[in-house]
Amino acid sequence: MSERLDVRKTYKLFIGGAFPRSESGRTYEVADAKGRFAANASKASRKDGRDAVTAARKAFGGWSKRTPYNRGQILYRVAEVLEGRRDQLVAEVRAAEGVSEKRAGAIVDAAVDTWVWYAGWADKLSQVTGNANQVNGPFFNLTAPEPTGVVVIAAPQDSSLLGLVEVLAPVLLSGNTAVVVSSLARPLPAITLSEILSTSDVPGGVVNVLTGDIAEIGPWLAGHLDVNALDLTGVDDADVARELEVEAAVNLKRVLRPGTPTAQSLARITPFLEHKTVWHPIGV
Amino acid sequence: MPKFEYAPAPESRSIVDLAASYGLFIDGEFTDGGGTAFKTVNPATEEVLAEVAEADQADVDRAVRAARKAYQRVWGPMPGRERAKYLFRIARILAERSREFAVLETLDNGKPIKESRDVDVPLVSQWFFYHAGWADKLEHAGLGPNPQPLGVGAQIIPWNFPLLMLAWKVAPALAAGNTVVLKPAETTPLTALLFADVCRQAELPAGVVNIVTGAGETGRHLVSHPDVDKVAFTGSTPVGREIARTIAGTDKRLTLELGGKAANIVFEDAPMDQAIEGIVRGIFFNQGHVCCAGSRLLVQESVAEEVLDRLKARMATLRLGDPLDKNTDVGAINSAEQLGRIRDLAATGDDEGAARWSAPCELPERGYWYAPTIFTGVTQAHRIAREEIFGPVLSVLTFRTPAEAIEKANNTPYGLSAGVWTEKGSRILAMADKLRAGVVWANTFNQFDPASPFGGYKESGYGREGGRHGLASYLEGTR
Repeated sequence: MSERLDVRKTYKLFIGGAFPRSESGRTYEVADAKGRFAANASKASRKDGRDAVTAARKAFGGWSKRTPYNRGQILYRVAEVLEGRRDQLVAEVRAAEGVSEKRAGAIVDAAVDTWVWYAGWADKLSQVTGNANQVNGPFFNLTAPEPTGVVVIAAPQDSSLLGLVEVLAPVLLSGNTAVVVSSLARPLPAITLSEILSTSDVPGGVVNVLTGDIAEIGPWLAGHLDVNALDLTGVDDADVARELEVEAAVNLKRVLRPGTPTAQSLARITPFLEHKTVWHPIGV
Repeated sequence: MPKFEYAPAPESRSIVDLAASYGLFIDGEFTDGGGTAFKTVNPATEEVLAEVAEADQADVDRAVRAARKAYQRVWGPMPGRERAKYLFRIARILAERSREFAVLETLDNGKPIKESRDVDVPLVSQWFFYHAGWADKLEHAGLGPNPQPLGVGAQIIPWNFPLLMLAWKVAPALAAGNTVVLKPAETTPLTALLFADVCRQAELPAGVVNIVTGAGETGRHLVSHPDVDKVAFTGSTPVGREIARTIAGTDKRLTLELGGKAANIVFEDAPMDQAIEGIVRGIFFNQGHVCCAGSRLLVQESVAEEVLDRLKARMATLRLGDPLDKNTDVGAINSAEQLGRIRDLAATGDDEGAARWSAPCELPERGYWYAPTIFTGVTQAHRIAREEIFGPVLSVLTFRTPAEAIEKANNTPYGLSAGVWTEKGSRILAMADKLRAGVVWANTFNQFDPASPFGGYKESGYGREGGRHGLASYLEGTR
């Protein structure tokens, strides 16, 4: 009896809750860590980037106005589904990053734990980064955090799953929506994570994942007037990072520069917050 | 409404001892500048007040080196409790010399003495007092156990609140352990230069505060200086953009406090007496030279007529004239250039079909003046509804539902401030929740306090000034 031929997956983009191919029709060959053919990934274009921003903006109102408890539950649900897909992810991380099974297992476990850590932040943010302010007069005065809006994220190039989770989860918990450009050479775990997100009660458009080259589509996203912030963590080339930061100034995007540590931290959350202060007179 | 006649009540300017010319304040001493000296005038009379040195690239370099040396040798290593005492001293000296500062500010800026005396200068002293107390409590600022200063701050401030903006920049920077090079605006350098004398009286170590005067070119030298760790800018959005581009790819930190086009939203159930005062305070305070000015009045259609009638009646009582007169409500426009910008933009209101009404007041013959003005019949497409006028010009739009008010209020690339007037508590909270602006004043407007974070969403800039959040802009966290 001959060995069964496996059914391979077509890796597509993740935009607005759907999995379209690139409108450009372009794909590029992705190799595994040993240089063998792994898949043809979609190569996102400028238009895909614009579609992703449109989807992210459309989703922002609903996502940001959910209660923090609800967002926390949904993000925790992502961790649950991620845990259930552990074996698949271990295999994909091994293939993409060339690490041992044990190491890949530790990476996937860390990715799950990172989701859990950030999920728990959703309904504590205001108490930790907000303030009741003691002003010099009879006024109620309260400062509270809000999400900044649509965030474009350049995911780390090497750490295909854990690195992606470490930059994505801290953006989402406060109510931002995201357009992620995955690792160029190791994009496949990002698409699998997209499948997990699409089956975890995360509303369509909250996360949009583009596979492709940040150096190519980054300038369009960085210059997009409906994007509020830019995380350059995954941009390894200093010239490209500088160019994107220059583009981002067109509408004063909040920019997180490359080199910011990715380990779980409140410092990954706060760059994508706005603090709003509300005054009201006190009187009878 | 009865109109009262007021006899002139000018504040004496004898308390101010103006020099004929001023140098740069670098490393604790006044020195000459390498650029071309420029004149600063009293905008109410066009009288030349003094000649001021222009800092060139070499001067800026000297100032940054002085700040670096002071940071490394004196201010950085100094225990927080000692830094605190210097800042408390500065706060006290500013309060002691408050009348002198108020008169000088009014002379150089054109704002009414009652504002410089009762708002600007008291807040300046309070700003230093508030931040002084932080200097030895940084570990409680929520940034981890041992937050660190950033180093040398380059600070560029505007002409609308010259001394107050100095305080907003210098006080938190120094409290956190940084040293600074500050560039005041070219039309209003004098109170910053007088502040140098406060530093002398407080015996602040040389180089901790350096003041370089000049215009845009001096600012560019300062922002692009390679040994600057942090840039803080308050001013226009175009210049903010230029600064953001300049520092791209460097390690410099940046906070920007830029333009605004705030909506001041009046519902039919608003406390009407307070709302009318709030509209006036929102747009005519400081001649409308306020980035967070309530320059778009959104009034519910059902009360639009009543609000406009009452607003016009109130505007007719505003006293415009000699800024040193203690009865003056509206002072001079800060410069001929700004007056030209206000006139040009207001003219587009006429051209695009809005209806202009100005308060019936006589404008002095000399100096730069603009009568308090409102435009009605304004649509969202009009330039006067979209662009920051930075003058005493109010654009009036109407709305029917809360949803329409939110839609219109947020329909701007800016997001600095907003106002809401209604007696209904749940409506206030819902509106405050949905307005995309960094400061929301409900049943009040244009309130400022050193404990209260201030700063914008979107193209109004990033970072906050004031409170724990403002302090954080000058610290490197450890968590």
